[in-house]
Amino acid sequence: MSGSYYVPATSKWPALGSLALGVMMIGAGMMLVHDRGSIVMLVGLAGVLAVMALWFRDVIAESRKGLYDTQMDRSFRWGMGWFIFSEVMFFAAFFGALFYIRFFAIPWLGGEGTKGATALLWPEFTAHWPLISPPDSSIAGPAQVFSPWQLPLVNTLILISSSITLTVAHEALKEGHRKVCRNWLAGTVLLGLCFIAIQGVEYYEAYAHYGITLKAGVYGATFFILTGFHGLHVIVGTIILIVMLARIVRRHFTPEEHFGFEAASWYWHFVDVVWVGLFITVYVF
Amino acid sequence: MAPKVPPQAILEQSSTAAEAGHGHAHETPPKGMLRWLLTTNHKEIGTLYLIFSLTMFFIGGIFALVVRLELFQPGLQFVRPEFFNQMTTMHGLIMVFGAIMPAFTGLANWMIPLQIGAPDMALPRLNNFSFWLLPVAFGLLLSTLLMPGGGPNFGWTFYAPLSTTYGPPSTTFFILSLHIAGISSILGAINIIATILNMRAPGMRLMDMPLFVWTWLITSFLLIAVMPVLAGVVTMMLMDINFGTNFFNAAGGGDPVLFQHLFWFFGHPEVYIMILPAFGIVSAIIPTFARKRLFGYASMVYATAAIAILSFLVWGHHMFAVGMPLVGQLFFMYATMLIAVPTGVKVFNWVATMFRGSISFEPPMLFALAFVVQFTIGGFSGLMLAIAPADFQYHDTYFVVAHFHYVLVPGALFAILAGAYYWLPKWTGHYPHLRLSQWHFWLSVIGVNLTFFPMHFSGLAGMPRRIPDYALQFADFNLASSVGSFIFGFSQLLFVAVIVLCARGGQKAPAQAWGDHTDDLEWSVPSPAPLHTFETPPTFHRPAH
Repeated sequence: MSGSYYVPATSKWPALGSLALGVMMIGAGMMLVHDRGSIVMLVGLAGVLAVMALWFRDVIAESRKGLYDTQMDRSFRWGMGWFIFSEVMFFAAFFGALFYIRFFAIPWLGGEGTKGATALLWPEFTAHWPLISPPDSSIAGPAQVFSPWQLPLVNTLILISSSITLTVAHEALKEGHRKVCRNWLAGTVLLGLCFIAIQGVEYYEAYAHYGITLKAGVYGATFFILTGFHGLHVIVGTIILIVMLARIVRRHFTPEEHFGFEAASWYWHFVDVVWVGLFITVYVF
Repeated sequence: MAPKVPPQAILEQSSTAAEAGHGHAHETPPKGMLRWLLTTNHKEIGTLYLIFSLTMFFIGGIFALVVRLELFQPGLQFVRPEFFNQMTTMHGLIMVFGAIMPAFTGLANWMIPLQIGAPDMALPRLNNFSFWLLPVAFGLLLSTLLMPGGGPNFGWTFYAPLSTTYGPPSTTFFILSLHIAGISSILGAINIIATILNMRAPGMRLMDMPLFVWTWLITSFLLIAVMPVLAGVVTMMLMDINFGTNFFNAAGGGDPVLFQHLFWFFGHPEVYIMILPAFGIVSAIIPTFARKRLFGYASMVYATAAIAILSFLVWGHHMFAVGMPLVGQLFFMYATMLIAVPTGVKVFNWVATMFRGSISFEPPMLFALAFVVQFTIGGFSGLMLAIAPADFQYHDTYFVVAHFHYVLVPGALFAILAGAYYWLPKWTGHYPHLRLSQWHFWLSVIGVNLTFFPMHFSGLAGMPRRIPDYALQFADFNLASSVGSFIFGFSQLLFVAVIVLCARGGQKAPAQAWGDHTDDLEWSVPSPAPLHTFETPPTFHRPAH
């Protein structure tokens, strides 16, 4: 391992990426605060996506030129692993908020404990979860909440199956059966798309019939921040899997070297595990 | 300014330096601004971080001086209270996220590859991305001052509902800028952790690493663990402000105290993010100038890890006065006091390293010694604040301001300055100007103590934080603090002078600029360090114990 570590000379993508992200954030801020600037936001977003695509294209090209050694491979593994850990902590903040609200904030609002001050503000409020009627009557809670044993259960089964199909695809890749891998990976992508579609139906139902909205008290808030960020991660994960599918078709991977595929599968399994936690804490209990 | 050591033969330049054979030719770097925009070199990116940090240090410093100017005497003289609040808030945000954190990241960029014998950071392009996000984030943050309604005015802790229900319209931009800074921190930390775990010279075990590398490894872990929580909590703020959610609104079943729990779950490890690398720097400097091996290397590593683990269990001590079940108060009180044990181990080890050492007092050592003494003062006032019933009295007073400025200014900042003086010969090839450095040190020490020591007294007497006007009884203490702050602030211009002079010339430094009492690998490459080092990994030889 002497002197083989690849250090790219220069790259314009990091600086352009920062610029694009800055434009996107300014646009987003303008949209939220001043109700204009959606063009700025979209230009920034397009820039971010373009930079990501081109940056990854460079990395793939370097990898295929054989510039990366096993040490570089370990750098990518550590990098992806710690990135997923950061994602775990991002979701941990929202799960933590949900637990705090359910097990501390709501009971205290209902008069539990020795403080009692909140009981003066809303004396008629009784603690309950799901929070159908928030303390203040000016805020409408959800009319009803989803049964976990309908669409959410279907989605749980879909995601768990997708983890299994992805593992089969990975095993096939390791055995050198490229076409088998391609088919199972395509199946995984299909399951991901099904999940997104069903989640879309559920969101429509939430707003149209269940009265579960962002503004529907803290139940709506926690419901949407958890399922929303999870849904975004499924969308991103599906895009990553589609890219991997394209790379399989173009014969980018060998049974020995396919960390791009492996990283994608780590990410997918992580998204799957988050859903299981979410299904249990948001829907079932 | 050569170290006061017996004359010795200048050591041969290491064969691991640039002339060693390497796999691929370097392209000529682009000229001018483009070189800095496109660079993937850890030394250039480190320099960028350090210059950015120094710039932010002066901007945040000007904000602090506006605050001290207004507090020079009772009554309202110079600024409106609304603007005063923006100054205290922006001072805190800029110093924490824009000055201290990037300074440590800059030092990490420069020194970690050199100290572990790596050719560069593990992911060089990502490294550049992490840096260039910062000017974007802080440009956006500073621009909020010019927006309608002004910039953030709710304190650097941006508690809900002050920041959500009652914040200025620019709060949304503040949140977005914090998101960008957070991405920068997380990616930077991932890069550092991958570098340390994967890029060490063959033969270097984890327990062979210099303590600066160890402390940064643990700091990176803290960053990756808590910056996403900050991202989560500001996202909830963004939703409460713009989308009508009720996370922090009790009327909808939420809880403003939830904000504080989430914020301080991030915030307390964040405090250690700003001090652990400082421990590492001081642990490098003291042995060098005491001419002894560091006392208790392994215990330093374990103490650092213990502090990091405990940092996740003590966030509630920021919230004693908010209202919390008794069991919670007791838990957080005792857990907080437990931190004094590993911290005490560290201070003991620094003192024991110096015990019977042959100490000399070059500028890096001056700052390192001041760090040990003054950081410990901040630690002691921290112990006082940890006592829950006593904290009800100290909470939100200038005593708290005194406490955290002692750990952050003569603590974190002095360690950064010590590190800069220590490694400037390696960066520039020249020793820093001795007289100017000494002036810088003594004016800084006097200024810092004149500024912050009286705050203990004004705080104990009951002066609240974050107010532009105060009762007459606090006038003398505030006058002293204001005079001290101006001495401290303006003496930092000397530091700029030292750096500029050092970069342009001065006494030439050999590879082992501070003598041969340290085995750290950065002293095996020439001074100034060539742009590319350790392209062929050096073989690490464990020093005989």
